[in-house]
Amino acid sequence: MKTAEEIKAAIEAGVPGAEVEIVPNPSPSGQHSLRVAPSHAFAVAQFLHDDPEIALDYLSNATGVDWLDKEVSEKVKATRTVTKLVDGVEQSVEETVEETVKRAIPGYLETVYHFFSIQKKYGPVILRMRTENRTDQVELPSLTPIYRSAEFQEREIFDLYGIVFTGHPDLRRLLMWDEFKDHPMRRDYVSPEDFEYEPTPHDEVLVRAQAQRAKEMAAATVQADGAAVRQEGSAQ
Amino acid sequence: MSIGEFVQENKPLGWNRPPHIEPDGEGELLEVAMGPHHPSTHGVFRMDLALDGERVIRLKPVFGYLHRNHEKLGEGHSYLASMPFTDRLDYMCSLTNNWAYALAVEKLAGQEVPERAEYIRLILAELTRIQNHASSIGFLLQEMGASGTPLMYAFREREKILDLFESLTGSRMMCNYMRFGGCRVDVSQDWVKSAKKVVASLPKFVDEFENLLGGNEILMARTQGMGILKPDLAVNAGISGPMLRATGVGYDIRKVDRYGIYDRFNFRVPLGAVGDIYDRYSVRMLEMRESLKMLEQALNEIPAGPIMDAKAKIRGFRPKPGEAYGRIEAPKGELGFYLISDGSPNPYRYRVRPPSLINLTVLEDMCLGHNVADVVLIFGSVDIVLGEVDR
Repeated sequence: MKTAEEIKAAIEAGVPGAEVEIVPNPSPSGQHSLRVAPSHAFAVAQFLHDDPEIALDYLSNATGVDWLDKEVSEKVKATRTVTKLVDGVEQSVEETVEETVKRAIPGYLETVYHFFSIQKKYGPVILRMRTENRTDQVELPSLTPIYRSAEFQEREIFDLYGIVFTGHPDLRRLLMWDEFKDHPMRRDYVSPEDFEYEPTPHDEVLVRAQAQRAKEMAAATVQADGAAVRQEGSAQ
Repeated sequence: MSIGEFVQENKPLGWNRPPHIEPDGEGELLEVAMGPHHPSTHGVFRMDLALDGERVIRLKPVFGYLHRNHEKLGEGHSYLASMPFTDRLDYMCSLTNNWAYALAVEKLAGQEVPERAEYIRLILAELTRIQNHASSIGFLLQEMGASGTPLMYAFREREKILDLFESLTGSRMMCNYMRFGGCRVDVSQDWVKSAKKVVASLPKFVDEFENLLGGNEILMARTQGMGILKPDLAVNAGISGPMLRATGVGYDIRKVDRYGIYDRFNFRVPLGAVGDIYDRYSVRMLEMRESLKMLEQALNEIPAGPIMDAKAKIRGFRPKPGEAYGRIEAPKGELGFYLISDGSPNPYRYRVRPPSLINLTVLEDMCLGHNVADVVLIFGSVDIVLGEVDR
């Protein structure tokens, strides 16, 4: 049994340059996790797997978490110089004021890996990685070359969260079909309108369905026109 | 290396990929989409095979035909409201799903479970294990061509266990029975009596089942040495449950984590030696016997007392911010739930670690080079339920 602190120290000794940070878990489960920088994550995982003392040979669970952009308001003490009338004379006095400052924390995607050791019979050791943001810099290193059990789970994270794993041997969607565009497990995902159910004339559904049908009809006419134009073109 | 121990050796990267097999015949490869409506694929599973004659050259599993984004549903509902959804994961073993979820939430919120509830949970989980293993062996034999008899024998016994579930929980398969900090309803004296009767009748069934199948020449010819999985690859690929133990790795979460009250019970962990289909079949057979031993002890020892923790909150349940990963030894393997709480009534993240899906990781490795008829058996010996694979 090793605590998060011991494993952090071992990683820092074993993998030079690796940035490891302990993420405390306030819940009664007490499962603290280690956050590693993506640049060294592969080396860290390799070290955890190969080190005979740590021997984390079993990657049980790999999953993604989506953290949206959020705004935190904090109370900050600031010192300002104010001019005041003291005894009828204007003087500049330093004053401490409490201000509420709003700070925006940009969102990011996170992967969480739960490791166990079958040889040493302990766990879980939890490893986390963060992407830069939620939109374009979503690459993280894949641990599949070291732990085969990440193969389907990382594919699932890629599918449902849109994290791109570099070094994954077969990165395709796992559950959704290949033509699907979005990532349904993201917190801000909006499911598309579904008109498969029977509209009833008594609610707004009928109106929406009619609008949708009109839109589809318009698109179909444009397509038909285009086809006609093309046909004419080919006839000439 | 003694039996049950696993020693890790450092190997070069890429050792855990499926081997590349060259077609030896002339002619072209045949691509076959096996499933999603193939009768042997246990539901809507599909594998795309490339065949050289009868030999499998490539196999790619295709998932998602039963996907309903269970995890998103979990995020949109309160903790308790997800409990009935867990029944639908592995619909053969709803009670162990309930237990895994309840265990994870209890870890997250730091709840205690009364002793009587722990006994009830263990009894129900082991009954679930027996009926799952019996019917999984029945299905395997059904796919081997033993039409009817083994499956019907297994289902006859499963029926008795499902009757017990029904009289206790009100439902045969979608039990929705466990709660955070205990169980939903108490077992009666009559129920314990009838459970004892069922448990007393089951060893005879296991004997009969073993006599029917054990020495059968066709079964041995088709399963021994077929679909071999090596222990190092099994551990690396996160295989769990009877499939891992059939490779000879002695890792049973009931022994390792000792969740619930498993430390009070004396049971052995059956291990395989080769890791083929026959070993998986034998491990399941032996596990049923060990479960029966535990059931006998538990039904005799079950103490009186409350079944719900007095401090457990049903309404307005909001765990403090934090996260927890709880796992149990489900009949299919390691079933885990990973929950993140942000202090609201709904979990911020609700993740199921599905043993069925992860056990399929090595399906390609096991099937390559075998005939397409054996793929059906190898796949059957993995023991999956699509409700859990696709979630």
